[in-house]
Amino acid sequence: MAQITLIEAVTQALAYEMAHDESVVVLGEDVGVNGGVFRATQGLQEKFGELRVLDTPLDETTIAGVTVGLAAQGMKPIAEAQFEGFIYPMMEQIACHAARLRNRTRGRITVPAVFRAPWGGGIRAPEHHSEANEHLFTNIPGLRVVLPSSPARAYGLLLAAIRDPDPVMFFEPKRIYRQYKEEVPDDGEALPLDVCFVLRDGTDVTLVTWGAQVKETLEAADALAAEGISAEVIDVATLTPLDFDTIAESVAKTGRCVIVHEAPKTAGFGAEIAARLAEECMFDLLAPVERVTGFDTHIPLFRLEMKYLPSTERVVEAAKRTLAAS
Amino acid sequence: MSIAAKFEIEYLQYLDAEGKQVRDDLPAFAQDLDQMVELYKLMLSTRVFDAKSIALQRTGKLGTYASCLGHEAAHVGIGSAMKPEDVLAPSYREYGAQLYRGVQPREVYMYWGGDERGNDYQNEPARHDFAWSVPIATQCLHAAGSALAFKIRGEKRVAVCTIGDGGSSKGDFYGAINIAGAQNLPMVAVIVNNQWAISVPRKIQSGAPTLAQKGIAAGLYCIQVDGNDIIAVRKAMEDALERARNGEGGSVIEAVTYRLGDHTTADDARRYRGEQEVKDAWAKDPMIRLKNWLVAKKMWDDKKEEAWKAECDDWMDNEVNAYLETKTQPVTAMFDYTFAEIPADLEKQRDLALSLENKAH
Repeated sequence: MAQITLIEAVTQALAYEMAHDESVVVLGEDVGVNGGVFRATQGLQEKFGELRVLDTPLDETTIAGVTVGLAAQGMKPIAEAQFEGFIYPMMEQIACHAARLRNRTRGRITVPAVFRAPWGGGIRAPEHHSEANEHLFTNIPGLRVVLPSSPARAYGLLLAAIRDPDPVMFFEPKRIYRQYKEEVPDDGEALPLDVCFVLRDGTDVTLVTWGAQVKETLEAADALAAEGISAEVIDVATLTPLDFDTIAESVAKTGRCVIVHEAPKTAGFGAEIAARLAEECMFDLLAPVERVTGFDTHIPLFRLEMKYLPSTERVVEAAKRTLAAS
Repeated sequence: MSIAAKFEIEYLQYLDAEGKQVRDDLPAFAQDLDQMVELYKLMLSTRVFDAKSIALQRTGKLGTYASCLGHEAAHVGIGSAMKPEDVLAPSYREYGAQLYRGVQPREVYMYWGGDERGNDYQNEPARHDFAWSVPIATQCLHAAGSALAFKIRGEKRVAVCTIGDGGSSKGDFYGAINIAGAQNLPMVAVIVNNQWAISVPRKIQSGAPTLAQKGIAAGLYCIQVDGNDIIAVRKAMEDALERARNGEGGSVIEAVTYRLGDHTTADDARRYRGEQEVKDAWAKDPMIRLKNWLVAKKMWDDKKEEAWKAECDDWMDNEVNAYLETKTQPVTAMFDYTFAEIPADLEKQRDLALSLENKAH
């Protein structure tokens, strides 16, 4: 069986679902003959034709609004925002319509759509190509916000997102698009959208993260293990609706929690998890919750971007601080 | 000098303000006088409905309401030209089109009366139309997306969006007509130009002499019609729908009319427009010309008018009663349609809301 990267897993999931469900269509800028600027839609137009893999005019608002219209007519559109930093013009259509139509029509009109976007920094890209803004969507009711962090999870979660009867934001961590390969059987098996994934069991501290930071967080767990510290690593994967139980169970066991994310700290999604821990797990905690995040600045242009993104060392130090506290 | 492109915008009118026929080539539907009487009756019932809505608001039985006074010819012209299988993506005052397509007055009252069930149109074909769209012009892209779905599936259906003069300034409108042209989508965009976007007059929206010509840049058919003349509106719609249905391209129709009322019941138009202008606009009232034309053809008279108004009053009273008798939804309704299946986390909040409710009783 072929070993594939995260982005190849995205392509594999798109191709699988398009072959098995003719209501699935892909639309966006350069998704057609060019196969997407990252090649996520490579070969799809050849297989499924120009209408089901549609190069749109260069207007994100159009992509998002047309996606709502397609979905309302029973199609399952998958819209691509070329970069997360270009998603802002889509927000009115996503917040006011995609996420809201089921509710405001009492279920008469629904929007089973996926909005995909290459997400996050760390690839030496130009300005506006490195944003992590998932927290802008986690506060919108009616949306699912999903970030895969491995080829297998990209495949399974994207299939689930396409099949979900409600709109899903699917943010792909482009820094790890080609980080490594793994075997991903093309069996059409979806993964659940309502659970966190425990990637590594541990007993001393819980490291909670998502997206590309899973890489640094797992590295930090290795480094901590070398010093005799046992870290549990949780990939949240679906931020909203949140499976808080998995996090709470882990923290009940370890008593310590470090939340790692790339987006700015203030009102980032880590703040929600920290607040929930304070509300529901205060008496399990042996140390203050730590957050290792991007700074409350714009992500710098690429000469400085690696100093902005949370490093393995920062995660290790934060974990050690929680251990020193008690 | 060579010319890269050239265009002109046709203006269509059959009946002038007094109801005098200004062209002889009446379209087929307008030669069927019984049908014209039916259209007039619907325009009149729309007006009775609108007055009832405002009265409900003024007596505290409705929230803010957006009136359609003066738009009856434009809206009924749009709705009556469409086929049941077509899809309408309206803004928020196209009741004349929507009543024709089966929306019930009680549903309008429910929506403006603070109940989401007003958007859950029960009758076909309205049931497969879009709900009112408050964020300006966003519905244009829903029509474009619907038209794309029809094209992909090979269905002979047309998506129609309606938009105001103000709405035609927004990117969503331009985006929708742009992709409709680029992909040859079966879409018709109707700009119901009522001269006012709340307090901002038409001339501040655009330097273009017509709003119809915006469609030229998108490669669409464009026409400006007298929006107070239902024959002109419906004829332009029929032509546009037929072209779209046959894969011959989308259209932009500008229906020139006038907002005789306030923007909504929360607005006071006297703050920004003169009395004379409104007085002049009343002389062009779409009801007058069609009535005069039908009276001259001995198809209508004051007696029939009074009888039909009385029937409309009864209908509306019945609808108002149904609305007023509608019980408020249970508090759990705000949770139950957020997702197809309620997530565990949200269910806890639903339980909380329910327990607060039970404690209050």
